[in-house]
Amino acid sequence: MSAILEVTNVSKRFAMGGILSRNYVNAVVDAGFTIEEDQPEVLTIVGESGSGKTTLARMILGLESISEGDIKVAGRSVSGRVNRAQRLSFMRHVQPVFQNPFEAFNPLKEVDRYLQASARVLLGATSRAQVEAAMDDALQKVGLSLAEVKGRFAHELSGGQLQRVAIARALIPNPAILVADEPVSMVDASLRMTIVNLLRDLRDQLGVTVIYITHDLATAYYISDRIIIMQEGYAVEMGPARVVLDAPEHPYAKLLKDSVLPVENAGKSRVQPADRKTAQAAAKLSGTGELVLRDDGRSVRLPRDGDGSVAV
Amino acid sequence: MFSIIRDLFKYNREFAVGAVLLGLIVFFSILSFFSPVDPTMLYIEVPDRPPSGEYWFGTNSRGQDMFWQLTFAFRNTLSFGLMVAALSRVISIVVGLLSGYIGGVVDRILMFFNDIFVSLPIFPILVLFYFVLRSDLTTFNLALLMACLGWPFDARLIRSIALGLRHREFTRHAVFSGMSPAKIMFEEHLPYVMPIVFSTAIANMIWAIGLEVTLAVLGFTNINIPTVGTTLYWAINHSAMVVGVWWWIVIPVIIIVMMFIGLFLLTVSLNEYIDPRSRLRRMGG
Amino acid sequence: MAFSEETVREQRDVLTLNGLKAYYQTNYFGVEREVRAVDDVSLSVREDEVYGIAGESSSGKTTLIKTFAAAIRPPLRLIDGTVEYKFGDRVVNPYDMDEDELNDLRWKHVSYIMQGSMSVLNPVRRIKKSFRDFAFEHMDRSRAEFWNAVEDHLKLLYLSPDVLEAYPHQLSGGMRQRVTIALATVCHPEFIIADEPTTALDVVVQKDVLAMLDDIRKKLRSSVVFVTHDMSVHANMADRVGIMYAGRIVEEGPTSELFTSPKHPYTAHLVSSLPQIGDTTRKPALEGRPPNLAEPPRGCRFHPRCPLAIEKCTTDVPPLESVGANHRSACWRSADVRPLTPAVKPKTGESA
Repeated sequence: MSAILEVTNVSKRFAMGGILSRNYVNAVVDAGFTIEEDQPEVLTIVGESGSGKTTLARMILGLESISEGDIKVAGRSVSGRVNRAQRLSFMRHVQPVFQNPFEAFNPLKEVDRYLQASARVLLGATSRAQVEAAMDDALQKVGLSLAEVKGRFAHELSGGQLQRVAIARALIPNPAILVADEPVSMVDASLRMTIVNLLRDLRDQLGVTVIYITHDLATAYYISDRIIIMQEGYAVEMGPARVVLDAPEHPYAKLLKDSVLPVENAGKSRVQPADRKTAQAAAKLSGTGELVLRDDGRSVRLPRDGDGSVAV
Repeated sequence: MFSIIRDLFKYNREFAVGAVLLGLIVFFSILSFFSPVDPTMLYIEVPDRPPSGEYWFGTNSRGQDMFWQLTFAFRNTLSFGLMVAALSRVISIVVGLLSGYIGGVVDRILMFFNDIFVSLPIFPILVLFYFVLRSDLTTFNLALLMACLGWPFDARLIRSIALGLRHREFTRHAVFSGMSPAKIMFEEHLPYVMPIVFSTAIANMIWAIGLEVTLAVLGFTNINIPTVGTTLYWAINHSAMVVGVWWWIVIPVIIIVMMFIGLFLLTVSLNEYIDPRSRLRRMGG
Repeated sequence: MAFSEETVREQRDVLTLNGLKAYYQTNYFGVEREVRAVDDVSLSVREDEVYGIAGESSSGKTTLIKTFAAAIRPPLRLIDGTVEYKFGDRVVNPYDMDEDELNDLRWKHVSYIMQGSMSVLNPVRRIKKSFRDFAFEHMDRSRAEFWNAVEDHLKLLYLSPDVLEAYPHQLSGGMRQRVTIALATVCHPEFIIADEPTTALDVVVQKDVLAMLDDIRKKLRSSVVFVTHDMSVHANMADRVGIMYAGRIVEEGPTSELFTSPKHPYTAHLVSSLPQIGDTTRKPALEGRPPNLAEPPRGCRFHPRCPLAIEKCTTDVPPLESVGANHRSACWRSADVRPLTPAVKPKTGESA
């Protein structure tokens, strides 16, 4: 088994303020996980805004520089990419799916342009027949066809369809990993499950690993194999998704789970304000804490005691 | 294309008025190709005749029929303005898009030169070139020179739009589709820049023609080429207003004002039409 | 869980809509378009209830609330129908009022909570000034009394009076949204319209804001129209929900009934496709796309995507008819609609 993606002790610091008064904000602190090549999975990164989940995704995509640590895709460090050939080779391994499908396509251009470019440049198709075959093939995988998409503009398709086209586009170079940052938050409720189910099918049928960034624990539970829960830059709990979400251990993970609105007792239950005191206290201690591996496969960030040992 | 023009005529009064005004002027300057007289010949008509059935725009003190003389003048001035606008647009688009999209060092170097050009005193430089080149300062050479001086403000405008586009999600999507930077700039971003290009083109034409007139009136261009500027130069030289040959000055001024109003109305309406937002609305998005 | 104060009593209608139609009509370079965003909507909202409006983007839900708040401007036009508010013994129709009366109605009786708090709070002015600008003239009180009332109101919402001195950017997103709710309710309106008030917020904050909204409307005994696409929010907030699809209400009923025994296939789908923690069974996905409101499908607008569609659905528009107590559905086959998967699994001994 070889690793397709290795994230090792990655941190990201943003500098804020001017020349004289400079503050640093830790967006991501010491994140690490590995994705094996022949073991496709859905890895979910969950957190609120400001938790660093999007920054982590952007670093994996090479859109953000890394302050500390290293991210390796197929054995090559992402920060080391310089020339266009290396960049293209990276894109053949890792492809993004964007949050807002309406923004992901130039509204003044036909949507199939992106598919065409991917087929030509990333897949190396030369003849028109080859290009169209590659496009159609990818669109079939997401339940569409070239005939439905060719020559259409973004506003002629629904958000769900556009997101599927975007996923088809990402699949053209046969990448090992898709990084999907909130791929359903802008998609209508009735179409949302189409996309979520599709991500699940990509893993099961095409063997694509999906890194799914979301704030929605319910869909995370529905599709993920592994989950990383992030709070203020720290991974506070990670491990097998069902194990973690069925009985979260870290106070923040508990808080997140409790905040999911229940639909049992619809119309009869009343919302209570969240109790975030313990979670905030835990966040303060995260900096000094350490991830501890439990027997059930999860790791939890626990604060150190005064003598430097980790409380278990 | 035809249906676009028809729609614009039907629903946009600015476009209709502008197109008619400019159409008249273009038609007028095209007449120069059928001129029975050579514009460089002097004293071939009776001088100082007021406008009449025989001489529509009168004759000047140099014995030239002003009607045919002005057809040449407007042809030269119009093509000069277009040349300057087109050439400087090319420079400003390339610089603006490169600077905005590539960013980093490229942006800093380009904007460094941009700022130098912004601060250059244009008029003295043009006068200097006149004394160096003299009769080599043809209409084309002058146009080229002014194009090289007339791009920096608009390049900055285009850069600011490109900068915004760089952070749009569709640009990132294009990058991950393997599109080359050139393709992204000239196929994805250019349509968003076009409204600015059009509206600055007219401003640039007005600037170029105005400067040409100034130079010509002062005698710093090749005064043997008939343009609006040189027409006024000769009129002033012969004290046309003082001796009562008013048509020598008033008629060209009326026509050039018509031309500017026409150009202005046309850009205003075209701008509204090609603006991406209004385009999307028409497409039904 | 305490909801004992909800006693069963005769509830009067506060808002009544009758055959409301509001279209966007544009003519742009000769391209005429008519978007029927709200097409024949009749409903009523009762005293002291939360009426949820659910629907996807471009289902017309935002247009609907704009229309009954009389906040429409061209190209959106009221084509047909009536809007009627009843406050005490006063019956008012906002479309018969002049600008001053409308302004008065909007703050004292009807208030509007929007999605983006930043668009309400001026970013360069302290919160205090926003309160003074918006609410002072509607309260008919002296300056001192006004500030006392504002502080009392903030206390009622468990907000510290210190927020008045803050600038909007100094507050977190959740706090800003709470301040907007405080601002919208400071005149104690009888009727509150909330348009996706928590959509942009994180889950934890969302819960806080929802709890606060629920609290304040109980204290003020106001009616709330709550608009969101998120069915799980409706499940926890609304007494009744109206489901909008393509400009029409397709089903309306008590929240619990919509979740347990929906009578419209669209509702059935919405409810059953909600993923929940603890459940990994494959959820159904609805094919097709929401219709283009410029050229909606003939007959029932849902028929191209409907698993139950029959010949009649493609030609005749189903009326919104009563299918039970307080329960209306616009479907020719409402009797055949079954919950796709049991959305509500009986869980013993556990609530919320």
